[in-house]
Amino acid sequence: MKRCKTPADLKKWSTGLDRQRKKTKTRILVCSGPGCLARGSRKIAGAFQKELAARKLDSKVVHKLTETGCHGLCQQGPLVTIMPEHIFYVQVKPKDVPEIIQQTIMKGQVIERLLHTDPGKKEKFQDYRKIPFYARQVRVALRNVGLIDPNDIEEYIAVGGYQALAKVLTGMKPEKVIDMVARSGLRGKGGGGFPTAKKWKSGRDAPGEQTYIICNGDEGDPGAFMDRAIMEGDPHSVIEGMIIGAYAVGSSQGYVYVRQEYPLAVKNMQQAINDARKAGFLGDRIFGTPFCFDIRVSRGGGAFVCGESSALMRSVEGNVGEPRAKYVHSVKRGLFDQPTILNNVETWNNVPYIVSEGPERLASMGTKKSKGTKAFCLVGKVRNTGLIEIPMGTTLREIIYEIGDGIIRDRPFKGVQTGGPSGGVVPNSLLDLPVDFEALTRAGSMMGSGGMIVMDDRTCMVDVAKYFLHFLMEESCGKCVPCREGLKQLHNIVDGITRGNAGNGDLEKIENLSRSIMEGSLCALGKSAPNPVLSTLQYFRPEYETHIEKKKCPAGVCKALITYLINDKCTGCTLCVKACAFDAIVGKKKKMHKILEDKCTRCGACFAVCKFDAIEID
Amino acid sequence: MSPKIDLKPAEKILECYPRDMTSLIQVLQDLQLTYNYLPREVLKRVSAALSVPLSKVYSVATFYKAFSLTPKGKKVIRVCTGTACHIRGANLLMDELERQLKIMAGETTSDMKYSLESVNCVGACAMAPVIMVDETYYSNVQPDRVKKMLDGKQ
Repeated sequence: MKRCKTPADLKKWSTGLDRQRKKTKTRILVCSGPGCLARGSRKIAGAFQKELAARKLDSKVVHKLTETGCHGLCQQGPLVTIMPEHIFYVQVKPKDVPEIIQQTIMKGQVIERLLHTDPGKKEKFQDYRKIPFYARQVRVALRNVGLIDPNDIEEYIAVGGYQALAKVLTGMKPEKVIDMVARSGLRGKGGGGFPTAKKWKSGRDAPGEQTYIICNGDEGDPGAFMDRAIMEGDPHSVIEGMIIGAYAVGSSQGYVYVRQEYPLAVKNMQQAINDARKAGFLGDRIFGTPFCFDIRVSRGGGAFVCGESSALMRSVEGNVGEPRAKYVHSVKRGLFDQPTILNNVETWNNVPYIVSEGPERLASMGTKKSKGTKAFCLVGKVRNTGLIEIPMGTTLREIIYEIGDGIIRDRPFKGVQTGGPSGGVVPNSLLDLPVDFEALTRAGSMMGSGGMIVMDDRTCMVDVAKYFLHFLMEESCGKCVPCREGLKQLHNIVDGITRGNAGNGDLEKIENLSRSIMEGSLCALGKSAPNPVLSTLQYFRPEYETHIEKKKCPAGVCKALITYLINDKCTGCTLCVKACAFDAIVGKKKKMHKILEDKCTRCGACFAVCKFDAIEID
Repeated sequence: MSPKIDLKPAEKILECYPRDMTSLIQVLQDLQLTYNYLPREVLKRVSAALSVPLSKVYSVATFYKAFSLTPKGKKVIRVCTGTACHIRGANLLMDELERQLKIMAGETTSDMKYSLESVNCVGACAMAPVIMVDETYYSNVQPDRVKKMLDGKQ
């Protein structure tokens, strides 16, 4: 590997790569994001390798085969993209590979069968940028994710990587860097939305022997995987952002805290750090300047509370991850009691973009108070699930119905959960809400790290509230009694409602107890823990009341309150009889079947296998 | 009496890290991977090597979900119970696995073949519901696929 001692070395390296790239006729991008991996993308990449070799075609330069990070449209994986034409093949199988090489790579012909068909419009798309899912997106954080090989530093350098760092280190004073970030309007993308430049300035001004930089990659919110996608798919952008930040605040040591549930993110970050060190971007006297900085990876231990900044710092120190009171902010006294600047993965990743493109570019996107873009994970009961990035201020309707192509099976949209366990459910009446920090908070939810879980009429809001309470009850670190004990009681009450054991005044009890938990807890986990139950209660109170008064679950989810029935659409195909493990379904072939209520455990197996919508839930 | 624990792998791991408190979680991570759980003898060794009181080692080992003080099965089955998986029926999958394996979540089968766990989110939400068997992901799983998975047919 080359080593850059001066910005001129980097320039030379990237010009050399440009020259090499000109020899490349096609690039074959095989998505190796978590979604495509689960659907066998390794085998696809292997098949390309084998097939290219068998035809004595070069897979390194002329036809460059690259395994990339998450491309986005996980629903349609495994995904293969042929560049420079942006030809986009979905649901590719290993047996399709010879045909792709023969037709598309050799002859330049498109294979219709493998193109993505937009379910709503029945239109086929050759260039993925025209698919509504991609067309409405603006990719800043995800600018390289899905397009480059995360484990090859040269691919990052070829797209202008580390140029921002060179510019900063050799031509800008630290104060000017902070000023630039301030002008871009960048705010913390981990959920809080605190102005990044303000945090950096406080950290820079704080007295201490050593200032630390931390990248928070403990993406614990269930339903969110943006940070994972960035760490796995474009780790160098995060590292470059951290180095620029370290220079701006005067730090020489950084940490990346990655959750252990993301082994590939740990691996890719570690390799990127090693490569950056070899190339001279980390270590002593970077680019020949007096500036020294290095980064260590710290693996989390699987505790949600460690996403909270003070708990995370305790965990990096090797301790139990318990948050502390914030009378003194961690920018003044954080890791090892020294000034510490902690930002989220996506925030760090935005920094090189701001430097290269100029702060005005980011500031021109978004709303008045929330600038730039935000990456989201669009999941749940929506047709196009995947990784997306949109300018702030895009409405929920645009996200769910245009990018997401609406609800699965065209069922009615009920609400969308944002902000993870600290957030809430935004109901269908607010479908035209522009998504930014302020609007989501006003709606009783919050931005959070970026999970967006779409719910239809088959989702029970009481069950959703119970789900989050159970999650938080297990994840409470136990330090504050109102959080530790209060959540348990709150869970008991809501659990009772879902089982038909509601007591008098339960809803009022929920509201009172929620207030106590919010007031009596130290950290954001406890303070925001009642949000999911309060927001569902605010918007879906009648659903709670039906559970309590009529002992029915309108969405057909709460097992104790539902019965499974077979209607006259039943053709007597016996599929459900075979699927039922409890012999609870009786009926002869081609005759309407019947469910024996006393034997039925409401496991849902029959509902899942029935092809005729003959199983009903009452 | 439990069989004697070989401390050699533990020594090797300890050599890779600075000998202080900051290495504790990282060392325990590696030990968990190597031994499949954290045996008492090993924790005692860690305490001595890093000069951290045994009580503190235990407090960390019991706080984080990644660590287990009891041996785990040969294969670890993790049912993702993240929000996206939950609303797409993860609890039905857990019920089915508990029924098939005749153990509850958090337990290990008596033949030490399988451990069953729930995990808060594996970050593969777009293919919900998801089950992980060791490092392999199974996407869009329906209850009727569980038995086939266990029989090794998928």
